[in-house]
Amino acid sequence: MAEFKAPNTDAEFEQNFAQIKPLMTDNQAYFESSRCLFCYDAPCVNACPTGIDIPLFIKQIHSKNTLGAAQTIYNSNVFGYACGKVCPTEVLCEGACVYNHQDVPAIEIGRLQTFATDKAIRSNKTLFQLAPSNGRKAAVIGAGPAGIAFACEMRIAGFDVEIFEAKEKPSGLTVYGVAPYKITNKEALDEMDYLQKQFGFTVHYSHPVTTERDIQHLESEFEVIFLGIGLGRTSELGIPGEDKDGVQGAVEFVETLRMGHHQISVPKKVIVLGGGNTAMDAASESARMGAEHVILAYRRSKEDMGAYEFEYDLAKGVGVQGLFNAAPVEITGNGKVTGVKFIRTHVVNGKVETIAGSEFTEEADWVIKATGQAKRTDFLSLISGLERDSKGCIKVNPDTFQTTNPKYYAAGDAVSGGQEVVNAVANGKKAAKAVMNYK
Amino acid sequence: MANLFTNFAGIKSPNPFWLASAPPTNSGYQIMKAFDTGWGGAVWKTLGVPVVNVSSRYGSVNYRDTRMMGFNNIELITDRPLADNLREIEEVKKRFPDHAVIASLMVESRAEWHQIVKDAENAGSDGIELNFGCPHGMCERGMGSAVGQEPKILKMIVEWVMEVATIPVIVKLTPNISDITRPALAAKEGGANAVSLINTIQSIVGVDIDNFVPYPIVDGKSTNGGYCGPAVKPIALNMTKNVAQHPGVQLPISGIGGVETWRDAVEFMLLGASNVQVCTAVMHYGFGIIREMKRGLEDYMDQKGFATIDEMVGKALPNVMHWEDLNLKYKVVADINEDKCIGCQLCYTACEDGAHQAIGLSSDPLNRTPFIIEENCVGCNLCSLVCPVENCITMKRKDDQTQHLTWKERTAANNVPTTFNDPLAGGLHHWVPEPMDAFKTKTPKHYKG
Ligand SMILES: Cc1cc2nc3c(=O)[nH]c(=O)nc-3n(C[C@H](O)[C@H](O)[C@H](O)COP(=O)(O)OP(=O)(O)OC[C@H]3O[C@@H](n4cnc5c(N)ncnc54)[C@H](O)[C@@H]3O)c2cc1C
Ligand SMILES: Cc1cc2nc3c(=O)[nH]c(=O)nc-3n(C[C@H](O)[C@H](O)[C@H](O)COP(=O)(O)O)c2cc1C
Ligand code: SF4
Ligand code: SF4
Ligand code: SF4
Repeated sequence: MAEFKAPNTDAEFEQNFAQIKPLMTDNQAYFESSRCLFCYDAPCVNACPTGIDIPLFIKQIHSKNTLGAAQTIYNSNVFGYACGKVCPTEVLCEGACVYNHQDVPAIEIGRLQTFATDKAIRSNKTLFQLAPSNGRKAAVIGAGPAGIAFACEMRIAGFDVEIFEAKEKPSGLTVYGVAPYKITNKEALDEMDYLQKQFGFTVHYSHPVTTERDIQHLESEFEVIFLGIGLGRTSELGIPGEDKDGVQGAVEFVETLRMGHHQISVPKKVIVLGGGNTAMDAASESARMGAEHVILAYRRSKEDMGAYEFEYDLAKGVGVQGLFNAAPVEITGNGKVTGVKFIRTHVVNGKVETIAGSEFTEEADWVIKATGQAKRTDFLSLISGLERDSKGCIKVNPDTFQTTNPKYYAAGDAVSGGQEVVNAVANGKKAAKAVMNYK
Repeated sequence: MANLFTNFAGIKSPNPFWLASAPPTNSGYQIMKAFDTGWGGAVWKTLGVPVVNVSSRYGSVNYRDTRMMGFNNIELITDRPLADNLREIEEVKKRFPDHAVIASLMVESRAEWHQIVKDAENAGSDGIELNFGCPHGMCERGMGSAVGQEPKILKMIVEWVMEVATIPVIVKLTPNISDITRPALAAKEGGANAVSLINTIQSIVGVDIDNFVPYPIVDGKSTNGGYCGPAVKPIALNMTKNVAQHPGVQLPISGIGGVETWRDAVEFMLLGASNVQVCTAVMHYGFGIIREMKRGLEDYMDQKGFATIDEMVGKALPNVMHWEDLNLKYKVVADINEDKCIGCQLCYTACEDGAHQAIGLSSDPLNRTPFIIEENCVGCNLCSLVCPVENCITMKRKDDQTQHLTWKERTAANNVPTTFNDPLAGGLHHWVPEPMDAFKTKTPKHYKG
C-alpha cells in the first residue's frame, strides 16, 4: 500500500489529501453549466435538503452572473461553498439529475456550486439585506452548520444573535470532522468568515456552555435558545483492551488530523472498526497518512455497510483492505496495542451471530473505533423539560424544530442522530423561520 | 461510386466544394494548401482597388458550449495590390489546372470593370464572381450591397461586365433585401451565367455591456458588420429555394451560408444549388474539414443512388409549396416513448407555457414522465423539438389519410373565416383553460424564492 508516503510538510499533506472535488476553472464552469437542461420542477432541486434552485444558479453561471448564482445558492443554504465540496452529491442532487437516466454523466452540481460561491467569498460581496434590529435576542449553542444556519436566518429577520462555541473555530465538524480531501481548513473557515462579516452575529469561541449556571444565564438574557450541539465523543465498544495505548475514536482521530496535518504520525498497521462513512473516512485518512496496512473490519457483510458505496470505493482506491463478517472480541497488547482478536460472524434470521471457534487475530499498531458518536446526554439533562427520544436525540416538533421546552429549538446531528452538513443547515434554517412564526 | 465532379455554368471542378471569397482565399499560399487538402475550387478574395482595414474585425455569437454559431465581420475587400493577386492566380492555375479559380471583383466605373475583368481572365481565372453583396464599408462607397439592393444598377453593371467577359460570370447576391428574386432576375437580364447566394447579413453581433459598445470594438467604437456562419443557413436555404423556384431566373446557383458539413451541402443542393461555397467553417476549423464533407457527400450519394451531383440538385423543390396548398386535414399528435424519457419535463413546461396545455404530469411525484392529452394537442412539434432525448417524442399521424383539403380550396368554397368572431375560426373548438385557472396550476415551490 505504499502509495502514500507519510507527509513531512503541509505541502506534502495537501498532496496526499488532494481535493477530490477541486475548484473549477472559469472554462470548466462555462462548459459544464452549458449542459444543464433547465428541467421543469427539477429533480435535483427536490433532492437537495436545502432546496437550492439548481437550474437557476447554473443558468446564472452560464450567463456570467456568477454573483447572482452565489446569491441563489446562499438564499437557500449558507454553507453553499462547503456543501458543494462535502455533500454526498452522488446520493443527493447529482444522483437525481435526469442525465443519469440517459447514461450521460450527471451535471457536476457540487463543483458548480463551489465555483459560484468561491467568487462571492473572494469578492467579499454583500449579498444579503438584514432587517433593522428588532431588539430581540437569540442565543445559539454550537457554531456548527445547524447553529450558523439558524444564526444567519435570525439575523436576516433583525434578531441580535450570540453564538457560544466550545472550540476555537466555527463550522463544527466541517472543519473538525469531514475528511481533508473534501474540504481544506482554510476553505471551511473562509466561508465562515464571509458569513460572519455579512450577517454580523457574535461568536464567543472557546466558550463551552456546561453548567446549570451558564444555562440560567442564557435563559435570562435571551428570548430563544438554539441547540446546535451536534454529537459527542466516539462511543465505547465494550470489549476488553479498549484502554490500551493506540486505541482511539474515529472522530477524535480526525480532529487531531485536521488540526495537526503533517505533524501527526500514523503507524504502519491500522485497523478501523466500523462500516459507516466515518469508518471509510478514517481508513482512507490513515492510508493517506502513510500507513502501510489498513484493515477496515466490519461485523456484517460488505452489502450491509451503512457507508455510501462511493465512500467505500474511495477507501478501496487508496489500498484499504476490507474484512467482513468479523466482530472484534478483544484488543490485544501489553499496554500498547498489538492487534485485534476477531470472531467470524454470519447472519441467522437477520441477526448477526458469531461462529464458535472461528477466532483469529490481526496485527495492529493502532485501532480506530468508528462505532458511532455518543449523545451529549449529560449536558442536555441540565435543561429542564427537554425530552429526548430512546436513542438520546433531542425531541422536536418535525415542522418547527421546537423542543419540548418552548424556549429551546434544536436541529442538526443532536436531533437527527447524525446526518450530513446539508441537513443540519436545512433544519437550522427551518427552526429560525419557525421562531419568527411562533406567537 | 458517386462522381463529385461538377460543371458549374461551364466552370469545371473536381468536387462541388468551393472556398467562398473571404480570408481563406486571401492568397495563393492558402488556396494551394486548400486544393492540396481536397477543395474543388476557390473564389479569390474580392479584387479591386485595395483597401485599408481596421483592427479588430470579427465578432461571434457563442451558444452554450458552441463557439461561433454565428460570426460577423467588418472587413472590406482585399488589401493587397492587384498585381500580386493576379500573379498568384497564375501560379495556382499552373499548379492546379483542373481546379476552379474564380476571381471575385468589385470596382466602380465601367472602365475599371472592363480592365479588371480582362486582368482576371489573363491571369487564368476560370470564372468571375461579381461581389454585389458586402453589407458594410463598401456599400457606403456605392459598391457591394449598394449595387445588390438596386436591381437596375445591378443589371447595368452585369451588362458592362458581359461586354468584355469571355469566361462564365456569377453574380453574388446580397440577402439584405426583401425579395431576393428581384436582383436574381436583374442578373439574369443583364446576361449573367449564374448566381451565388447569400453574402453576409447586416448585423450587430453583440454588445460589450460594460463599455456600451457593440462588437467588434475598434478603439472604443464599432459599426455594423456582416453575419454568417451556421446561424444564417436557414435564411440562405430559403433564399436559395426562392431563386431556384422562380421561373424567370433559371440560372445555376452556388449555395452559400453556414455550410459546415456534407449535410448542409446536401440541403442546399436539394433546394436547387449546384455547388456550395464555404467560409466560416474554414475560418473555424481550417481546410481539413473538407475531408468530412467530401466523404459524407459521396456516402450519401452512393446510398441514395445518385451518380452525379446534377441528379440531386433541386430534388426537394417540388415539395416546397405555398402555405395555402398544404393539406389542412393532415393531423399529427405527439407521442412520448416512456422507456426513453429521462423525466426532465421540458416538454411539459414548453407545451404548458409556450403552446397548448396538451401535456400533463402524473399526480405521483416519483413518476416524472409526462403524458400527452391527445385532444388538446394541435401537433405543433414543440415538445418533440425541446426533448433532449433523441427520438423520445415522435409525432404520430392520426387522420385517416383519405382526405385532402387546402386553404386555397376552402377559400374557393367560401369556407374560411372572414369576420373577427367567425364561427369558422380554427381555434374555436380547441380547449383553452380559463384565465383564472392560471393560479390553480401548481408550479415548483422554488419558483417564487
Ligand atoms: C468523521 C465525520 C465525517 C463526516 N463527513 C461528512 C461529509 O463528508 N459530508 C457531510 O455532509 N457531512 C459529513 N459528516 C456529518 C456532518 O459533519 C454533520 O452532520 C454536521 O456537521 C452536523 O452539524 P451540527 O451543527 O448539527 O453539529 P456539529 O458540526 O457537530 O457542530 C456542533 C458544534 O457545537 C459545539 N458544541 C457542542 N456542545 C457545546 C456546548 N455545550 N457548548 C458550546 N458549544 C458546543 C461543538 O464544538 C461543535 O462546534 C461527517 C461527520 C463525521 C463525524
Ligand atoms: C411560432 C411563432 C409565432 C409568431 N407569431 C408572431 C405574431 O403573431 N406576431 C408577431 O409580431 N411576431 C410573431 N412571431 C415573431 C416573434 O414575435 C419574434 O419577433 C421572433 O420570433 C424573434 O424573436 P426570438 O428570436 O426571440 O424568437 C412569432 C414567432 C414564433 C416562433
Ligand atoms: S436535473 Fe440535471 S439537467 Fe436537470 S436541472 Fe438539475 S442539474 Fe440541470
Ligand atoms: S405537439 Fe405541440 S400541442 Fe402537441 S403536445 Fe407537443 S407541444 Fe403540445
Ligand atoms: S422532454 Fe422528453 S425526456 Fe423530457 S420529460 Fe418530456 S418526454 Fe421525457
